[in-house]
Amino acid sequence: MIEAVRLSKHYGRTKAVDELSFTVRPGRVTGFLGPNGAGKSTTMRMILGLDTPTGGDVRIDGQHYAQLKRPLTKVGALLDAKWVHPNRSARSHLKWLAASNSIPSSRVGEVLEIVGLSEVAHKNAGGFSLGMSQRLGIAGALLGDPEVLLFDEPVNGLDPEGILWIRQFMHRLADEGRTVFVSSHLLSEMSQTAQDLIVIGKGQLIAQTSTEQFIADATQDTVRVRSPHAAKLREILAAHATVTDDSVSGSLVVQGISAQQIGELAAENQVVLHELSPQRGSLEEAFMQLTRESVEYQAH
Amino acid sequence: MTLLAVERIKLFSTRSPYWCSALAIVMGIGLTAIFAAATDGPVPLGLTQIGSSQLAIAVVLVMAAIAVTTEYRFNTIRSTFLAVPNRTSALVAKTVVVAFIAGLLGEIIAFGSWGVAKVISPSSDLAINTSAEWRHVAGVGLVYAIGAVIAVAIGILVRQTAGAVAILLVWQMLAESLIGIIPKAGVKIQAWLPFINANHFLSMGSDSPEMGGTGVDFKLSEWGSLGYFAGVAVALLVVALVVAKRRDA
Repeated sequence: MIEAVRLSKHYGRTKAVDELSFTVRPGRVTGFLGPNGAGKSTTMRMILGLDTPTGGDVRIDGQHYAQLKRPLTKVGALLDAKWVHPNRSARSHLKWLAASNSIPSSRVGEVLEIVGLSEVAHKNAGGFSLGMSQRLGIAGALLGDPEVLLFDEPVNGLDPEGILWIRQFMHRLADEGRTVFVSSHLLSEMSQTAQDLIVIGKGQLIAQTSTEQFIADATQDTVRVRSPHAAKLREILAAHATVTDDSVSGSLVVQGISAQQIGELAAENQVVLHELSPQRGSLEEAFMQLTRESVEYQAH
Repeated sequence: MTLLAVERIKLFSTRSPYWCSALAIVMGIGLTAIFAAATDGPVPLGLTQIGSSQLAIAVVLVMAAIAVTTEYRFNTIRSTFLAVPNRTSALVAKTVVVAFIAGLLGEIIAFGSWGVAKVISPSSDLAINTSAEWRHVAGVGLVYAIGAVIAVAIGILVRQTAGAVAILLVWQMLAESLIGIIPKAGVKIQAWLPFINANHFLSMGSDSPEMGGTGVDFKLSEWGSLGYFAGVAVALLVVALVVAKRRDA
């Protein structure tokens, strides 16, 4: 279990992480979701004791990372697959990691097998593709057979096969009862990977909830209506629902009443309809709406 | 002990220490070979260690600094701190391993230089008898080891190869001897400069004037100079460790 309490990190006046409190439970995959620059990586670095928080506290099973003896046997982390010396072989990289936490060197062969890198273990890590580097990073995280696993944007830049592999892999780790905490800036990815979500923007907590709940709350059904008497229709519907103009298509987007009700209201008031189509809200739209305020760098 | 093993694996699983060691050995012993071959008549013992104490040491300092700066360059320092959250012990272990290897290299180069001089000029009296002579040859390893501690400390503080290497080379090869040019005060300051003191430790008095810092009025004995050199190295390392501990990795 990971517990953050009012965790903050300031760089001068910039608040990269701002009084963030959350809990990551074992036995589930918890997604850490937020746009780029929201403070996800900074938070993960603070969990792992690499960065010192400006305020607040974060503990793993009640202990600071720095207090852990043989930390790799408790927490496995993949923050950046490129944190490897390019002229060191994959096996040597894992060997020194294992030695540092008194993990038997036989374990190196095992984790290489698990991630499917046995064949290239003697090759220098600098020549690895992003997918292979990512696998090597995961091998390093698994080395100590830890209860807690942290992954920072593990599927970034991977091909579909690699993405699927990592997704299934994380589920397996969670099913084994481990705490899996994985960050991403893509809600669609998280909706398929994570059972719980911690959503942040500009370093602040936006939501902590189950993924299912988050999606249900965030995406609401709307109805698209097109009519030659749009103005009149808008007046009628406004009494019953929220109506917004879609200036691109010239149609109305109605939220709050069903397509059937809209049809009946139109008929009562003798308004001609050219289109009446129920819309399912998209995940990305919902996510954008939630985090719009908190995107740091916006294109105009 | 575990951490020493870790740093040993890390150091020897990349190529740069091998290259630097080979380069240091070739340069140190090579220079002595050239001197010995070009000397008419007997080669004095004081000539055999110019390569080791003036030239090859620079390569060893670079190797020691690189052992740290590449960790920052490739961010493996973060992997290191994840595996060993106690940054002080991780960095001290690295310092010990690097210093040990530097010391070993120093002995290899010093006695290699001595040996090559003897081979090229068999008639020379190169016997090592007095304590000053032993200090002159065997002391090179100690100077390398302590110099490596300084280099590691600079590497930790600066965190990038180019900067650390530039500082070390200018400091060790140029700055300390240039200060001697300052009228009057120069030699007084030199008496307290670390690498000048290291050379003082190696010098055999009038038998090797080029290394003792000509005209420098040392306030310390030869061994006192080595102690002072070591003291500076330890002080720098402590500063570096404190900074590394406070800094975000």
